[in-house]
Amino acid sequence: MRPKIEVRSISKTFETRGGPVPVLDDLSFQVADGEFLAVIGPSGCGKSTLLSVLAGFERPDRGEVRVDDEPVREPRRTGMFIFQQPSLFPWLDLERNLVFGLNGESEETKRSLVAHYIKLVGLDGFERAFPNQLSGGMQQRAELARALMVKPEILYLDEPFGALDALTRLRMRVELLRILSRERHTVLLVTHDVEEALHLADRILVLSPRPARIQRMIEVTLPRPRALADPALIALKASILLELGVDERADLDR
Amino acid sequence: MWRGRRGWIPLLGPVALLFAIWHVAVVMSGSLIFPTPWQVAVGLVDLARQGLLLKHVVASLFRVTCGYLLAAALAIPVGMLMGWFATAHAFLNPLVQGLRPISPIAWIPLAILWFGVGDLSPIFLIFLSSFFPMVVGTAAGVMTIDRKYVRAARNFEYTGFRLFRSVVLPAALPQIVTGMRIGLGVAWLVVVAAEMIAVSSGLGYLIIDSRNAGNRYDLVVAGMFVIGVVGFLLDIVMRGLERLDEVRWRYET
Repeated sequence: MRPKIEVRSISKTFETRGGPVPVLDDLSFQVADGEFLAVIGPSGCGKSTLLSVLAGFERPDRGEVRVDDEPVREPRRTGMFIFQQPSLFPWLDLERNLVFGLNGESEETKRSLVAHYIKLVGLDGFERAFPNQLSGGMQQRAELARALMVKPEILYLDEPFGALDALTRLRMRVELLRILSRERHTVLLVTHDVEEALHLADRILVLSPRPARIQRMIEVTLPRPRALADPALIALKASILLELGVDERADLDR
Repeated sequence: MWRGRRGWIPLLGPVALLFAIWHVAVVMSGSLIFPTPWQVAVGLVDLARQGLLLKHVVASLFRVTCGYLLAAALAIPVGMLMGWFATAHAFLNPLVQGLRPISPIAWIPLAILWFGVGDLSPIFLIFLSSFFPMVVGTAAGVMTIDRKYVRAARNFEYTGFRLFRSVVLPAALPQIVTGMRIGLGVAWLVVVAAEMIAVSSGLGYLIIDSRNAGNRYDLVVAGMFVIGVVGFLLDIVMRGLERLDEVRWRYET
């Protein structure tokens, strides 16, 4: 079957005052339609840059990214990017934020879409609220709703829950799984949280320190719904952490 | 809001103290020229009765309104161009930064040369004085908008003018409004100076004429008092703009 996303040996180097810094080094992989791929790697390894390139916000120096066999040149409505910091427009109330991405739909369609997605993310009753009247978790859910409004095929999530507290983060993950079970999306998630990747993803791409290369691609075959306390999941987590150079068991004798 | 709970009473304390010190100082110095607060109040009532007060206030406000609106109409589009297009900024910023430090007062001879005595000279000076704060404020507002909003809009395939109107303008609006407030404050400062030279009406004229025609310092101080009150009211109006939903988000949090 044709892959949804095809990454063909992309490289990228940033020019800085201290000289060129290679960030992505000859990365190639494919993502199937409807697949959930998590990208993890040490901080600063270039995983956010990778996601930006995949979504069309930045161009690779070499290689290309293809979605549905078309080269990606610009960000598209068909692939929505969600960043760690919510980017809801603070001068618009929630409802007007949600309809921002729509084009030419009738007022009736808009109203029913807003009603549907605002309920889906559990924010019904907050249509008139402005973003700075909402908590961080609520803003991130609104952000997700605004993205889903335009019926994207791909979601690019760059540490979307990274700025939230641990409990809210876990709650948001469960929400995301619930939403994804209703609407089929291809999802790319960049995270530094191994447990999060194991909880959500079909495959995990482990990147090396900068410049990012593919260190390992892990198939997560654990049955769903996944329990974080599942011994198989915990064992997999330990092995991925070792891959990243972290031994959970502090070696006190060293 | 301190006014909400306690009314205007806290404001009266310092003002009453100032008047008291002023009165005592005039009496103790035995000055024959400098007026007491009471004499100023009597002068103010006199002016109002003759209809002169209203006439001068209206004349000053008219010039400020014309000069200021012209300045805003030019400064806001130019500031947006400078903030959004790097080439416009590279070209215009040296001009703006070079002309900005020249006090509008320094332009008075040229204003009279070009526009003669009459309303046009002070209007031109007010235009100059409020143009620069608004250009700089607008350009800075556009340049410093949070890029994440532009990024989100690009994701929804907003480009060109649509991107500018839907995201760049509203994101920069709070700083544009702040620039407008500063511009109006400066315009009100400058109108008084301009009216001392080029015209025969307005609060600046009232002050200089009261001094020249018989050392009426009671009317000089009365004119200053009215300038203060009107400037204060203008600022309250502009602060009201900062409380609109469209811009309030920037000042909260």
